[in-house]
Amino acid sequence: MVAALFFYLFSAIAVASAVMVISARNPVHSVLFLILCFFNAAGLFVLLGAEFLAMILVVVYVGAVAVLFLFVVMMLDVDFVELREGMLNYLPIGAVIGLIVLVELALAVGSWVISPASLQARAAPLPEGVTNTEALGRVLYTDFLFYFQAAGLVLLVAMVGAIVLTLRHKEGVKRQNISVQVARSPATAVEVVKVKPGQGI
Amino acid sequence: MEIGLSQYLTVAAILFTIGVFGIFLNRKNVIVILMSVELILLSVNINLVAFSSFLGDLVGQVFALLVLTVAAGEAAIGLAILVTYFRNRGTIAVEDINLMKG
Repeated sequence: MVAALFFYLFSAIAVASAVMVISARNPVHSVLFLILCFFNAAGLFVLLGAEFLAMILVVVYVGAVAVLFLFVVMMLDVDFVELREGMLNYLPIGAVIGLIVLVELALAVGSWVISPASLQARAAPLPEGVTNTEALGRVLYTDFLFYFQAAGLVLLVAMVGAIVLTLRHKEGVKRQNISVQVARSPATAVEVVKVKPGQGI
Repeated sequence: MEIGLSQYLTVAAILFTIGVFGIFLNRKNVIVILMSVELILLSVNINLVAFSSFLGDLVGQVFALLVLTVAAGEAAIGLAILVTYFRNRGTIAVEDINLMKG
């Protein structure tokens, strides 16, 4: 009963904040509602017994991705009012397509039941008496090791790509140059000026 | 009322639809489009975890982890491209993005 209550609470807030993400005037508000949506999805994951993924969702999405969005929204000096012009032109076609997609999804998966025969075909059944994190780690580091490595490679490529795209070398910035700095001698570094009395430089 | 698989699938379907709708609604604003894509990927993750939980199979959660990874990489690359584009052109309006004449 409590689980049902929390399911409806989490899903209602998630859907409402998702609506706010796409309709908020201020993109900063959109990002903050996105964070709220992710938090509630993490709550749904906890209800489903996937605690590890719930925590990963909070750490990775709220801690990294949403903050990245927030940085970009705040860094770029974009005129968001201009971008919202003509928004209502797209409303009818968007509503029609959204409704069609929703109806199709409801028809396709709304009354899904898992057949008893498919229970025999499970690749990695949930072990008894083991926490979700430990069970996930057991299969992730053994059966799905290559997928795990591929995920790491994806992250590496994404990191390198993001750095290459956004790094820029400014002209006229003084940088450290160890060899030049070490090779300085008194002859090049110090200038001795003879000043006659009463004249100044 | 018992919460079954179809309730979770319905929530995920609604979130997916909101994401698709958001892409249509904010066709000029790349940042909100990227956020809509994140919403779509989140709904897919809810689907995967719900199936995994009700089937009692951990593979769904492993796959959700991979989707999470790809989504994080996609957000990073997309925002990097956005920042570079804004530096070059001074705008992020989608309809102005026609450098490649595609």
